[in-house]
Amino acid sequence: MSAVTSDRPRRSPAGLRALRSLGRAILGNRKAMVGAILLAICVVMAAIPGLIAPGDPNAEVFMPGQGPSAQNWLGTTSYGQDIFAQFVWGARQSLIIAVVAGLFSTLLSALIGVTAGYLGGMADGLLSMLTDVFLVIPAFPLVIVLAAYSKGGGNLMIIAVLVLTGWSYGARQLRAQVLSLRHREFLTAAKLRGERNWRIITHEILPNMVSLLVANFLGASVYAILTAAGLQFVGLGNVNTNSWGTMLYWAQNNEALQSGIPLWAVVPGLGIAGLGGAFALLNYAFDEISNPVLKPVRRRKARLTAQGKAP
Amino acid sequence: MSMTQDAPLLETAGLTRHFRIGGLFSQRKLHAVDDLDLAIRPREILAVVGESGSGKSTIARLLAKVYEPTAGQIRFRGRPVSSIRARRDLLAYRGAVPMVLQDPFASLNPVHTIGYVLERGLILHQPGLTAAEREAEAVRVLEAVGLSPARQVLAKYPHEMSGGQRQRIGFAQALSYKPSLVLADEPVSMLDVSIRIGVLNLMAQLCAEEGISFLYITHDIASARYVAHRILVMYAGRAVETGPTEAVLREPAHPYTRLLLSAVPDPRAPITLSAADTGEPPRVVDPGEGCRFRQRCPLAIARCAEVTPPLAELAAGHAAACHVTAPAG
Amino acid sequence: MSETILEVSDLVVEYTTSTEPARAVDHVSFSLARGEFLGIVGESGCGKSTMLFAIAQLLSPPAQLVSGSVIFKGRNMVELSGSALRALRWRDYSVVMQSAMNALNPVKTVAAQFEDAMRAHGQKDRAAIRARSREVMALVSIDAVHLRSFPHQLSGGMRQRVMIAMALLLSPDLIVMDEPTSALDVVAQRSLMVQIKELQRKLGFAIIFVTHDMSLVGHFSDRLAVMYAGKIVEMGPTRPLFAAPQHPYTRGLLDSFPSIHGPKVALSGIPGAPPDLTAMPSGCRFRPRCSAVMPRCAEIEPDLYPSGETRSRCLLFDRRAA
Repeated sequence: MSAVTSDRPRRSPAGLRALRSLGRAILGNRKAMVGAILLAICVVMAAIPGLIAPGDPNAEVFMPGQGPSAQNWLGTTSYGQDIFAQFVWGARQSLIIAVVAGLFSTLLSALIGVTAGYLGGMADGLLSMLTDVFLVIPAFPLVIVLAAYSKGGGNLMIIAVLVLTGWSYGARQLRAQVLSLRHREFLTAAKLRGERNWRIITHEILPNMVSLLVANFLGASVYAILTAAGLQFVGLGNVNTNSWGTMLYWAQNNEALQSGIPLWAVVPGLGIAGLGGAFALLNYAFDEISNPVLKPVRRRKARLTAQGKAP
Repeated sequence: MSMTQDAPLLETAGLTRHFRIGGLFSQRKLHAVDDLDLAIRPREILAVVGESGSGKSTIARLLAKVYEPTAGQIRFRGRPVSSIRARRDLLAYRGAVPMVLQDPFASLNPVHTIGYVLERGLILHQPGLTAAEREAEAVRVLEAVGLSPARQVLAKYPHEMSGGQRQRIGFAQALSYKPSLVLADEPVSMLDVSIRIGVLNLMAQLCAEEGISFLYITHDIASARYVAHRILVMYAGRAVETGPTEAVLREPAHPYTRLLLSAVPDPRAPITLSAADTGEPPRVVDPGEGCRFRQRCPLAIARCAEVTPPLAELAAGHAAACHVTAPAG
Repeated sequence: MSETILEVSDLVVEYTTSTEPARAVDHVSFSLARGEFLGIVGESGCGKSTMLFAIAQLLSPPAQLVSGSVIFKGRNMVELSGSALRALRWRDYSVVMQSAMNALNPVKTVAAQFEDAMRAHGQKDRAAIRARSREVMALVSIDAVHLRSFPHQLSGGMRQRVMIAMALLLSPDLIVMDEPTSALDVVAQRSLMVQIKELQRKLGFAIIFVTHDMSLVGHFSDRLAVMYAGKIVEMGPTRPLFAAPQHPYTRGLLDSFPSIHGPKVALSGIPGAPPDLTAMPSGCRFRPRCSAVMPRCAEIEPDLYPSGETRSRCLLFDRRAA
């Protein structure tokens, strides 16, 4: 009888393992730690804005156009609103747009990219052509056209536009990875077992693409944050909502930089950059999980030198 | 050595598979398998021996319905396999004739436990079972292939098991379908030498005890001798010799079989530095008539370039395709 | 006996992992005489390829040569600098890898690659380069017209011969080969081995041949070293080792090759699997799989003891024991 070599205890399911190795990868990587912290701050601001900056952020009760003070940490706007409150309350919208647009964009990329890669042949040809068409469409002109029809629609329109213009890049990447997986023997084995095509895609292929899917999501979110901010800055989207992009819009309309209240423009700008940067930095951690060759060798070398073993 | 005289379980007639190569408008064809007649009986291990390019792996994939034949017929239990269209019938065929793949490190999906894989197989091929019955059956087949403690193995992931263990899992899967014939495509080539014997013994045991036939595809004629009742030697897409193992090995008729046997290193045999044949099996693109071995053959005559030699019977069940050693007619 | 050209002493190579370092080569020592054919056999994970890379100074992180010396023609290769090593490479020793397709440049002709190699090691004269290229191709029985071919235009066996030809360019004293025949079919393997042996007889270089296929190398090597879990477990002249293997692992290994001659015998291979390099059993590493295991085997790590004409790492041969 051939005995099993290891007697280690029951192993946890693949999802939990992935999360734990992700946690380790983030903790072990400085860049990813910074990203995680920035994202955490943003999430906290989005979740409990009322606790951090109580009151109505749009209330025009303060002295307009003031610099930072004990009462208004970041100063006030031309309308007498507290910039800090505006910033904190604006986090929610910006984060939601980023995450929702990123999520749907990734889902659409996965649907089209994976199907194209797995089915091959004519289906692949058609879907790839579709992908290429969307890849080439520029976002801004499309948005202006759509905005003209929706008469300044709200966040939903922005998300829709972001998804429509953002999915194609990811679809190409995912299709490429599926092509490389397609001839792996475990897929032949699944087919020989009698599994249907759709089940092979969802249960055999996609679980092997988790790291690429997450990386896609992070990339799509960065695209979403920056583009959404741009759209809101130009005045498309609902300018009466609270988000960092609309803050920039109002700041620009009231010539904040020229009127001596630069923080009104700078602070939301930093927020957008920070959130976008957070997602990008987290991407580093994912790169390391999927490609162990990139893991930093520094610490191990230091240990060996200390032991007198390294050259 | 069991050689039943029952009707063959699976047989092929003129089985042919070509692949078109070159660009979109190219007419060139790679002749992977040409005009193959083989038969596998119940409770029998048939070894298909050949080097790369001989067509042996293509045969397995044709029989497993991964490829469709370009010409010729495959009959399983008398019924043509090409007429299997409905999903239910296809599933039944895949359960009766499963395949064990070559690479134990790639044939199991790294994100699924062994239990998942076995469960899926049972859901598809033994649909009447309850969940508890499925688990019991999974345990049974794991123990039948020598993996224990079976319940622990069910919870493990492929990377926690060695190559030999993973290959046994491949056999366990096949076993769980209650098969008649298992197609084993080079099941031990990627395993360490000391592990191979265990897996070969397993095949012989499953054949003798559970009555399952095996089509054992290999490039290693020594291992073919070890487990197989009959041997089929392939060269460049054609069958060149076939017969009971001992007969073929003791009195090889085809020059290629003789060459193969002389090239096998045997630690117990004395050293013989024979004249070296540097050639390798040709890539068979549009070969035309004539024996495909003639360029390397020490016995070639004029006829070999003109007429493709047919398999001619030499003794009971032993046939070879050679104008010189086994002239037809 | 002819002079010793290579002396490996107490070689230790480790792979750094996220936890404990894994010791792939654990205090291995052996010597090689001029013109000798040494085969190193073992299964996956035994450390044979790692050791070969260490000897050829081709290790890269996470593998690290931790201690020991490799004295080649009087100089310790471990201590040599980059330039000193380059002077030795290809002139004094060369390397033949497992897969020619991985080692040969797919976009350059064979002649161009030979030229590159020779120029890199000091030979500048074009006429001499061309002449030598033709010579080595003749040595490996390939028509010189193939000098103009690209690697993918050649068959598998021919590519391997080209690799060997390239290794012979500067007439080295030692060629190390890492499973050069494993990608080939049986007949091509056989003919390549015969060719290698003939070249060795003609040109007099020493060979270290690493393989998992004991029966293949056993026909051609002068001496054989069997490795298991990072250590040499049996070493000695080839014929006696095959005729009467002493170490239980060697026995088990030879028992794993079904024969095509003689009566059909039931074989059993070796149960179990090689140990995890980071979690070795105490005492003898082979004991969980050994049919001749004794209680002492768990406590004492055996040395290499004389065992007939070979040496074996097994307490069965420990004369000091009562």
